[in-house]
Amino acid sequence: MSLPLHERSLGQLAAGLRAREFSSRELATHYLGRIARLDPGLNSLVTTCAEDALAAADAADARLARGDGGPLTGLPLIHKDIFCTQGVRTSCGSRMLDTFVAPYDATVVARLKAAGTVMLGKANMDEFAMGSSNETSWYGPVRNPWDPDRVPGGSSGGSAAAVAARLAPVATGTDTGGSIRQPAALCGLTGIKPTYGRVSRWGMIAFASSLDQGGPLARSAQDAALVLQAVAGYDPHDSTSVDAPVPEYAATLDDGIAGLRVGLPKEYFGEGLDPKVRHSVETAIAELRRLGAQTVEISLANTALAVPTYYVVAPAECSSNLARYDGVRYGHRCADPKDLSDLYERSRAEGFGAEVKRRILIGTYVLSAGYYDAYYLKAQQLRQLISEDFRRAFAEVDVIAGPTSPTTAFRLGEKAGDPVTMYLSDIYTIAANLAGLPAMSLPAEPVGGLPVGLQLMGNYFAEARLLNVAHRLQEATDWHRRVPPGCE
Amino acid sequence: MEWETVIGLEIHAQLATRSKIFSGAPTAFGAAPNTQACEIDLALPGVLPVLNAEAVRMAVTFGAAIGAAVARRSVFARKNYFYPDLPKGYQISQYEQPIVGRGQVEIALDGGGTKTVGVTRAHLEEDAGKSLHEDFHGMTGIDLNRAGTPLLEIVSEPDMRSPAEAVAYARKIHQLVRYLGICDGNMQEGSFRCDANVSVRRRGSDRLGTRTELKNINSFRFLERAIQYEVERQVDLIENGGAVVQETRLYDPARDETRSMRSKEEANDYRYFPDPDLLPVVLDEDDIAAIVATMPELPDAKRERFERAYQLSAYDAGLLTATRETADYFEAVAQGCGDAKLAANWVMGDLAAALNRDGREIADSPVDAMGLTGLLQRLRDGTLSGKLAKDVFAAMWAGEGSADAIIEARGLRQVSDVGAIEAIVDQVIAANPDQAGQLRAGKDKVMGFLVGQVMKASQGKANPAQVNEILRRKLLDS
Repeated sequence: MSLPLHERSLGQLAAGLRAREFSSRELATHYLGRIARLDPGLNSLVTTCAEDALAAADAADARLARGDGGPLTGLPLIHKDIFCTQGVRTSCGSRMLDTFVAPYDATVVARLKAAGTVMLGKANMDEFAMGSSNETSWYGPVRNPWDPDRVPGGSSGGSAAAVAARLAPVATGTDTGGSIRQPAALCGLTGIKPTYGRVSRWGMIAFASSLDQGGPLARSAQDAALVLQAVAGYDPHDSTSVDAPVPEYAATLDDGIAGLRVGLPKEYFGEGLDPKVRHSVETAIAELRRLGAQTVEISLANTALAVPTYYVVAPAECSSNLARYDGVRYGHRCADPKDLSDLYERSRAEGFGAEVKRRILIGTYVLSAGYYDAYYLKAQQLRQLISEDFRRAFAEVDVIAGPTSPTTAFRLGEKAGDPVTMYLSDIYTIAANLAGLPAMSLPAEPVGGLPVGLQLMGNYFAEARLLNVAHRLQEATDWHRRVPPGCE
Repeated sequence: MEWETVIGLEIHAQLATRSKIFSGAPTAFGAAPNTQACEIDLALPGVLPVLNAEAVRMAVTFGAAIGAAVARRSVFARKNYFYPDLPKGYQISQYEQPIVGRGQVEIALDGGGTKTVGVTRAHLEEDAGKSLHEDFHGMTGIDLNRAGTPLLEIVSEPDMRSPAEAVAYARKIHQLVRYLGICDGNMQEGSFRCDANVSVRRRGSDRLGTRTELKNINSFRFLERAIQYEVERQVDLIENGGAVVQETRLYDPARDETRSMRSKEEANDYRYFPDPDLLPVVLDEDDIAAIVATMPELPDAKRERFERAYQLSAYDAGLLTATRETADYFEAVAQGCGDAKLAANWVMGDLAAALNRDGREIADSPVDAMGLTGLLQRLRDGTLSGKLAKDVFAAMWAGEGSADAIIEARGLRQVSDVGAIEAIVDQVIAANPDQAGQLRAGKDKVMGFLVGQVMKASQGKANPAQVNEILRRKLLDS
C-alpha cells in the first residue's frame, strides 16, 4: 500500500500492524517525527511523551505478536490535556496546574490504554476548556494548520490542530458548549459529542459538570466510531454516567439512509450565518437528499436563548468547580503568602487567566443571594424549554442538520478582545449541551481554502445513527479527505 | 420567672458507615493524618463523588424512627465557601430537599410527664477535614482523614424551654441513633456533636428573641452548662439595657463560659446550588419499606414491651432500655434464667454497680449475659444463697470463670441437706443458750442473730430458708 502511514485510517493502520507491514513502534516513531517537525509551528501539544509512547508501542507490539489485542491495539493518539494521565502532567491549559501530575488515569484514558493505544502526548487547549479559539491557554495559542494566522477553534483546539496536521490519527476532546464540534469544523475533522452520560467524566477535569462530555476528534466517522466504542459505557466512578448497553457502532455505519428524516432548523440558517458557510452546508444537505434522505424545515424556537442560558449555567458550575484550586494542596501557590486570604487571592490571581476569572466572577454573581432566582433558576427553566424544542423536533425527524459554526476559522486575535462576539461563535453548538443530546461535526465543502463543518444532532443515545449518516455522506464525498497545505 | 428560654438544637451525628459518603476511603477514627483520604477526599482535579448507599439507608431509618416523612426525592447541593480543611471549596450537603422531613420525639420531663419536641428536618452531608494549629510553628497543618465522613444533621424546632429539656432531647436523639446502629454516639471523638441555638424572651411574648448559636459542646453536661451560662448572659445583657447580637459563640468548658466566634455580618453567602455531579436520591415505597423492615425495635416500644412482658415498673423498664446493649443483655438474662424480676435486680444492681465502679460499658462487661444467666440459674435452683451469689459474681468479674466453675472450685455449693443443717443448728443452740432461751420465750428479734450464727458456721453454704425453718421447729414447735 503506497498511502503514507499518516494518511491511513485507524482500520487500515490496525490491518497494517496485524499484517506485520509495520510495527507499533515504527508507527509511533513516524508520528513523533511529524510532531517534532510540524508542531513547533502549531503549538498543538503541551507535552510530548516520546519515551512512554515507545514503551507503550513495544508493549502493543508484544500483544499483537501473541495474537492478542483489539481494533485499537498499537494505534497512536493524543489526549486533550484535560484528561488526567497517571504520571504525566495534566495542566488543563492553565498555569494553575502547570506542575500537576495526576496519580490516576481518567476513565477515557484508562479504557483507551487498556485497548492498547499509544499516547503520543497531551494537547493544548483553552484554559480549563473555557474558550472557542484556543487563545486562552497558558501555553499560548494554537495555530490552525489550514492557515497559521487563524485559530483552530476551541477549547479542543490542540486536539483538532494535531489531528488535522496528521500528528496523530485521532485525539480525544471534550465538549461543554461545542468544544469538540467547533474546532472539528474549523480544522476539517469529524468530531462527536456523545449524549450526556454516555462517556464517563471521571478524571476529566470539570468545567461545567452538567454539560461536559468527552469524545473523539478524528478524520472520519468510521475512525470516530472506533474510538467512541472504546470509551463509551457506564462507569461506577461517575454517578451521571448512564448504565445502558452501548451498541456496536461499526455494525450500522453502512446502513442505508433512504427515507431518513432530516430536520433543518430555520433558526440555524438565519442572520449571523456567513452566506458562504451556508452554501457549503446546504450543499452537504443536498448530498444527503441525493442519498435518499428527506429534509423538512423545523423550528427550534428557543435557539436564541441558548447562548445566554449557557453563560449562566456554565459559569455558575465553573465558579464552584474551580474553587478547589486554592494553592493549598496542589497546583500553583503564590510566593510567601502572608496569611490565608493572601494565599487564596494571589494564588488564584496568578494561577488563572483572564477568561477563567471572568467566568468565575459571572458564576459567583449568578449564584449569589438575591440573584440566584433571577439568573440561575431562570437559566434552568430556559434549559427545560430548549430541551422541549428538541423533544418536539425529534418526534418528527430522525436527525437535525445545520452549520456547526457561523463562520470559518477566524484570525488570531480577531475576537479575543470581545467576549460576547466570541461566545456567539458557539451559537449552534451550545443547545445540544444544554439538552444533553449527541451531536457531531463533519466536514462540508471548504470555503476559500478553509474547512466548514456540517453539524448533525440526534436524539438521546442516537450516536450510532449520527455516525451512520456521517459515514454514508463521507462515502459519497471527499471533503473529509482534504489535507492542510504542508501536512501531506 | 420573668424570662423564658427558647432552645433549638442542631445535632451532627456521624454515620457509622465503613467508608466515606462519597468515596471508598475508610472512616475509622484516629489514623495518622491524611492516611485515610483518597483522591476524592483530596479534591484532586477530575474526581467525582459517588453516594454511599449505606448512608442513605441509615438516614431513612432515622426518619422512620422519628415518624418523619422520608423524601421520595432528595437533592444534594453544594455549599460554597473557602477554607483550607474544605478541599473542594464547597461542602456537599442537602439544602432545599433534605432526605428526612418533619418528625418528632417524646422526652421525659424532670417533674414527670412527657413533652413532644419537633424535628424540623434531617439531611445528609459530608464532614470537613481538620486544621491543626498546634503542631506546626507558624503554620497550619491540614488533616483530611475526616473529610467526606458522612453526617446526618438533625435540626430541631425551637421547642425546648430549659437546659434540662435540651439535654433530655439530645439524649433521646443519642439513644435513637445508637439503637438504630447508625452512629456510635461518641461525643469525645466528635461522632455526636450538638450546637445549641439559644434565645430568651419575656414570658408571655410570642416573638422570638435574637438567638446565638453555641458550638464546641462535647458532652451532655457541657450542653447543659453552656446553655445555662448563655441564658444568664443574655438576660444580664438585656436587663442592663443591651441587646443580644446574632452570632456564633464557642463554649469553653475550662472557663465555663461562651465566647464570640463570628458575628452574622461576617457570614458567608454560601451560593447553594444542586450538585450536578450527583443524581437526586429517589426512593420509592418499596425501597423505604425494605429499609424499615431492617430496623430494630426502638426504645419507646421496647420500654412498653418490657413493662408488659416482664412486669417491670416504668422506671425500671426505662433504665433497662436506656441503651440497646443493656436491653439486649437484660432480655437475654431474663429469658435464660426464667425470672425477669431477678434478672432486672441483678442488671440494675450488682452489674450496674460493678460497671460503674470500673468505668466500663455493658458491651465490654467481664460478665456477659450468658455468664450472669448461669449465676442466676444457680441462685434459683438453690445451689447458691444470695450472699454466695454475690461472692461468685465478684469472682466471675475477676475472671475466674463461669459460675459453675467457681462453685465447683471453691466448694460453695449451698447445703440443703436437712441432716447437715440440723447438726449445725444444734451446735449453735448449744453455744448460745441465752439467745435460744429468749427465742423460746417468744422474742422473735433474736431469730436473725441465730440464723446469722448458723450461716457463719456453715461458711455461708447453708440454705437460709431451711435454717429458719429448722430453728423454728427446734425452739418454738417443741
